[in-house]
Amino acid sequence: MVIIPYLKELDRNESSLISALQETQKVFGYLPEEALEEIAQYLSVPVSSVYGVATFYSQFRFAPLGKYVIKICHGTACHVMGSGNIAQALEEDLGIKEGETTGDGLITLERVACLGCCSLAPTIMIGDRVYGRMTHDKMRKIIRDIKRGKL
Amino acid sequence: MKVAVGMNSCSLAAGAQHIYDHIEKKLKGSEIELKKVGCVGMCYREPLVDVIEDNTSTITTYGSVTEDMVDRIFEEHLMDGKPIEEWVVKRDWYEDGVRKTWDVDEYFSKQRKLIMENSGYIDPESIEEYLENRGYEALKRALKMKPEEVIDAITRAGLRGRGGAGFPTGLKWKFTREATGEEKYVVCNGDEGDPGAFMDRNILEGDPHRVIEGLTIGAYAVGASKGFFYVRAEYPLAVKRLTTAISQARKHGMLGRNILGSDFSFDAEIKEGAGAFVCGEETALLASIEGRRGMPRPRPPFPAQKGLWNKPTCVNNVKTLSSVPWIIRNGWEAYASIGTGKSRGTTIFAFAGKIRRGGNVEVPMGITLRELIEEVGGGTEKGVKAVQIGGPSGGCIPERLFDLPVDYESITSTGAIMGSGGMIVLDKDTCMVDVAKFFLDFTVKESCGKCTFCRLGTKRMWELLDSITSGRGKEEDLHELEELALTVKSGALCGLGQTAPNPVLTTLKYFRDEYTAHIEKRCPAKVCRDLIKYEVIGEKCTGCRACALVCPTGAAVGERQKVHTISIEKCIKCGRCYEACKFDAIEIKDLGAEQDG
Repeated sequence: MVIIPYLKELDRNESSLISALQETQKVFGYLPEEALEEIAQYLSVPVSSVYGVATFYSQFRFAPLGKYVIKICHGTACHVMGSGNIAQALEEDLGIKEGETTGDGLITLERVACLGCCSLAPTIMIGDRVYGRMTHDKMRKIIRDIKRGKL
Repeated sequence: MKVAVGMNSCSLAAGAQHIYDHIEKKLKGSEIELKKVGCVGMCYREPLVDVIEDNTSTITTYGSVTEDMVDRIFEEHLMDGKPIEEWVVKRDWYEDGVRKTWDVDEYFSKQRKLIMENSGYIDPESIEEYLENRGYEALKRALKMKPEEVIDAITRAGLRGRGGAGFPTGLKWKFTREATGEEKYVVCNGDEGDPGAFMDRNILEGDPHRVIEGLTIGAYAVGASKGFFYVRAEYPLAVKRLTTAISQARKHGMLGRNILGSDFSFDAEIKEGAGAFVCGEETALLASIEGRRGMPRPRPPFPAQKGLWNKPTCVNNVKTLSSVPWIIRNGWEAYASIGTGKSRGTTIFAFAGKIRRGGNVEVPMGITLRELIEEVGGGTEKGVKAVQIGGPSGGCIPERLFDLPVDYESITSTGAIMGSGGMIVLDKDTCMVDVAKFFLDFTVKESCGKCTFCRLGTKRMWELLDSITSGRGKEEDLHELEELALTVKSGALCGLGQTAPNPVLTTLKYFRDEYTAHIEKRCPAKVCRDLIKYEVIGEKCTGCRACALVCPTGAAVGERQKVHTISIEKCIKCGRCYEACKFDAIEIKDLGAEQDG
């Protein structure tokens, strides 16, 4: 088995586990099974602990993501400003629930607890960019842009 | 002359990058310098552009800037030297070296900036600008003091933990200092998990060196040689700017061996959180740094005795550490003279929700909720009903109690907690039962599952709230809810569980009539989906088809120029038609209400 090259930067002990998982997810977009076993071996941590940690934190995923990941903020401010309604209509449009990816692999909907841009609620995040003061109308335009490859 | 653009996450969400790029194009070939700054706290007027006059040091700030506005600012202000007064939202100038601020909304007039003194004024990616603004001066001074003297100054200043619980910082440092053990650690808690809170993010993004300076002084005081910044992974920009700042600090000898030529050596690194609210609890946070599941453990032993890898460890919040340099630089007397009773100094709140002026405000302790929300925040359009303070651990304080001063003891007396500083302002269109359910939904998901009270208690409470909001609730459910809440509060292992019932208890206490209405199958705010319906008002509908075109389920239908209808069976109540209708022809009614006509 080949040690994943980016792991070499890390100390070989348990305290590097979360960083190792984060780096792995940066590379693959999710946590492939083989990588988890490799991490366990490299850091001398039982595979069960690796899974224990990976399933505990909401950041980690076990399936590949769509090309565009739309993170819908469900923080308090976004909630009272109507994020639930926007999410619901969007789920209906795309035919998927939050946490799922469209059949063509284009869009993943993700639910996040808070993006910390509460004064611009409701907000969503695509890539590293936050979109503030969302409305149904803006959301529909973003989806249209994504489908046309113009985002 | 210089131009500065506010470039924190919220500024970027409001489009600051476009504005920055546009200004950059305009300034090509000119001598005018363009720079990035953090957030001054005026999020509601983002994007913000500053014009800084070199000769007078006057800063003129333009708000809600668009590309077209940039063109005119460029022509009239930058070229001809004439500010465009109708667009100016803020102005700063200096009198005897002290910065004075005027702003169009009087947003800043009751604010007092200690922690945020640099935020929005300096380039967060430049250590030079931090140094020019008396940066690291406190560290220099602290290193000339004995560690005990530093702790004494922090104790006398009356600084209390700004993470929410309000434990005296000096005492925490003293306990860690006195704990036996060669190796000790300090940790900066930047796991700002409360939904609706963004103070720590703004400090980390806008003035990261201040946090480094605070942590380093803390390390010197307690005798630690190694530190960690635990920052949420949801804050990529904060992580990036802090990373830059740490490497600059190392190059300038503010971190590393023999700091500033002294015998004191200390270094710190960033650990990114991975999305678990419970990691804001200090023992869970330490477990996470060690690479394990972030689950709390019973205290004692406290981290000051047994923390990271069983070594004495001191955990402080971002705002607490950011207060430290100011206290050391200006003396504890100056800090202690601000505030009230047992709550000294200033604190930062994050305004969001229905409030007119969303953003970060730094105010002296003791200001009343009314001054804070109505005068600083500008109230709401439809009147304030309540404020939710302290996130999932806090509670809802009704408007009639707004004359209370903001201090740890007064806020706790209402059943809420001071918390880390998130303030969500609610109006008549917010359903209080829905808010309580929202927080319980959050707690159920974020409970680590270790203790039964929290794991099962919050779930049962959520189920009761769910049945109440969907019109299946009974009067006796309210008693059961109350009883469960008190049991969870007294039995849970950590702060998350012990405070999780607060949103329920405070809404039951202050807004019981709303609970009763739901039991009678009515949602007064017209929010709870199972209790409302969308209906077309026949006289107002023009048959423009806007609603039918946007409806995701085909519930809204009708022929052009004829009155449309919405099918109750198909409608998912997402409100898209309501937003799309230009004629206010759609209304939200109680489900049980009679059909018009």
